[in-house]
Amino acid sequence: MLQVKDLHVTVEGNEILKGLTLTINAGEVHAIMGPNGAGKSTLSAVIAGKDGYEVTQGTVTFDGKDVLEMEIEERAQAGLLLGFQYPVEIPGVKNIYLLKSALNAQRVARGEGEMPAPEFMKLVKEKLGYMKMDASFLQRAVNEGFSGGEKKRNEILQMLVLQPKLAMLDEIDSGLDIDAMKVVADGVNSLRAEDRAILLVTHYQRLLDYIVPDQVHVLVDGRIVKTGDAELAKQLEANGYEGIEESVA
Amino acid sequence: MSDTQTFLDTLKARSSNYTAEPTWIAARRQAGAARFEALGFPTRRDEEWKYTDVRSIAQGNFAIADNAEFSPATAAALTLPIDAYRLTFVDGVFSSALSDLDSLPSSVQVLPLSKALAENHEAVGGPLGRLIGVDFSPFAALNTAFMEEGAVVRIAPGTVVEKPILLQFLSRAGQPVMCHPRVLVEAGGRSEATLIEHYTGESEAANFTNVVGELMLDRGAILAHYKLQEAPLGDLHVASIHVEQGRDTRYTSYNLSLGGALVRNDLISDLNGQGAETNFLGLFFGQGRQHVDNHTKVNHNAPLTFSNENYKGILDDRAHGVFNGKVYVKRDSQKIEGFQSNQNLLLSDRAHIDAKPELEIYADDVKCSHGTTTGQLDEEAIYALRTRGIDEATARGLLTLAFAGEVLDKVTLDAIAERVELAVAGKLPERFNLAGLVEAAVSLND
Repeated sequence: MLQVKDLHVTVEGNEILKGLTLTINAGEVHAIMGPNGAGKSTLSAVIAGKDGYEVTQGTVTFDGKDVLEMEIEERAQAGLLLGFQYPVEIPGVKNIYLLKSALNAQRVARGEGEMPAPEFMKLVKEKLGYMKMDASFLQRAVNEGFSGGEKKRNEILQMLVLQPKLAMLDEIDSGLDIDAMKVVADGVNSLRAEDRAILLVTHYQRLLDYIVPDQVHVLVDGRIVKTGDAELAKQLEANGYEGIEESVA
Repeated sequence: MSDTQTFLDTLKARSSNYTAEPTWIAARRQAGAARFEALGFPTRRDEEWKYTDVRSIAQGNFAIADNAEFSPATAAALTLPIDAYRLTFVDGVFSSALSDLDSLPSSVQVLPLSKALAENHEAVGGPLGRLIGVDFSPFAALNTAFMEEGAVVRIAPGTVVEKPILLQFLSRAGQPVMCHPRVLVEAGGRSEATLIEHYTGESEAANFTNVVGELMLDRGAILAHYKLQEAPLGDLHVASIHVEQGRDTRYTSYNLSLGGALVRNDLISDLNGQGAETNFLGLFFGQGRQHVDNHTKVNHNAPLTFSNENYKGILDDRAHGVFNGKVYVKRDSQKIEGFQSNQNLLLSDRAHIDAKPELEIYADDVKCSHGTTTGQLDEEAIYALRTRGIDEATARGLLTLAFAGEVLDKVTLDAIAERVELAVAGKLPERFNLAGLVEAAVSLND
């Protein structure tokens, strides 16, 4: 589904990713872990199309298409969706409108036509319930005045409504208490499906107790230095990243 | 020949139309002409016109239109699709064919100024020119000199006018013409009404409209006043509006300025009685090389009066906007509240705004605030919307509308809200305001 090959990325002249290679197949959940400054967030930002990241070498393909050549919205329309570590506040734009215009933009791009309003409301209501969110959220401006936990739940709500093929979740666990984390993890787990994949970017192993990954990659200094199963995350928790760096060195 | 002289010559050539008029009108016309001749057109050396260059008006040569022929199909395409009592003026000339006052209650009078003068000119003579006289500005003097047509609206005390009263001003393409309409509104005690002034026309038009509005609200009257200015992009538009509010009145101005090459609005409200409240809501949108100047003033002349002003400007390309808002509190007008806000959004690097909020307070027990901000669209927010699959143009449109939202949300007439939305945000997937949908969501959740 997603293939990243020998990806080199610089930000303001500094090379952050230094030859990253990663393959994610449908049905899989991957976790990328690593110390601060390793380039974890850079990877998801480059795939989503954020400005300011220069790809100097390597390729990213999604379902065989060159992601780096696609507009930001085309990536989302193709089914690549990024959940932000710091969701941005958008004053004046109601959640309901974001959800509806985003879903319909994606459907129209896929030639499916807009979803009728009653069907849309039914879908949103069901997903709201899943995320233990009140309907009043829909009337509020996107993330405006939301607590940290509400913002993260709102990101997952968008995922549940938009049903991406590949959900990339950047530090979705940061700033969450244990109850909120469970709700977020339940939401993410409900996305698991044979035709879908999930990429978790996280600093801590804690999240992976609730969302058990098929593969764990350790990212250090712009490269994946080790790949394993869920057990690897537990080792990291016990020994820290330094142990890995030493064993690689 | 000076710019002023061109206009005076046009007036002279027009004088044969005025021979039969009552002496008081002739006297005012002469006073207007004399005042205009003495003042000349304002220049940027005048403080009130510091940011607005009116040479495109002064150096123009505008005829006076004499007929109001307009294809009904063209008029229908331009008209607001709302159920209203309607007076239509074409290049300033009243069009009976395009007007509709069917079922207007007898407690409400809506008539063209020419007819009001012909029927009972004494009744018009008192209020006309009382709030905006020839000294107000050179444009008010010019209007008085050329005064021929306009609208007179009288609402009897206690009357609630169910349908809006729509004054429609259509501008034709062809030889440039000018018109100087007067709008005179007398809202009786505890009456309630909605007045809409709508300026629009054929896209190739390049005419000059110089309107004067005088609105009087008697005790307890409520008036919503929309001024939807969608004049053709070649039109020149100057409006001077003065509102007089008695005790416990409530006036709300929706000043929506979208069209015109050069636009100048002066809006003044006198709060003369306790409990009077005025709300100035403004949205101005400029693109290309449009110039839009809004001057507002609230005079708190009595204690316990309230004003709330919110003007939003959106400027693209090389458009130039001006906001000059003044709140004046007369000596010993205690316990007043005056709030003023002006926010501007610049969509291009070459767009420009001059914003000047002013407070002048001569009382000590007041609550007043004012502020102005100018910014650009949040690129982070555009990115966030695009990562959800929304294309860039729609994302920018959504955020632009969101900026306008505070003002636009208060526009309760859908036909007007939709036109403004379309103008500032382009065609979005569907209506931005999804109130109905949200209510459905809330009920589903119960």
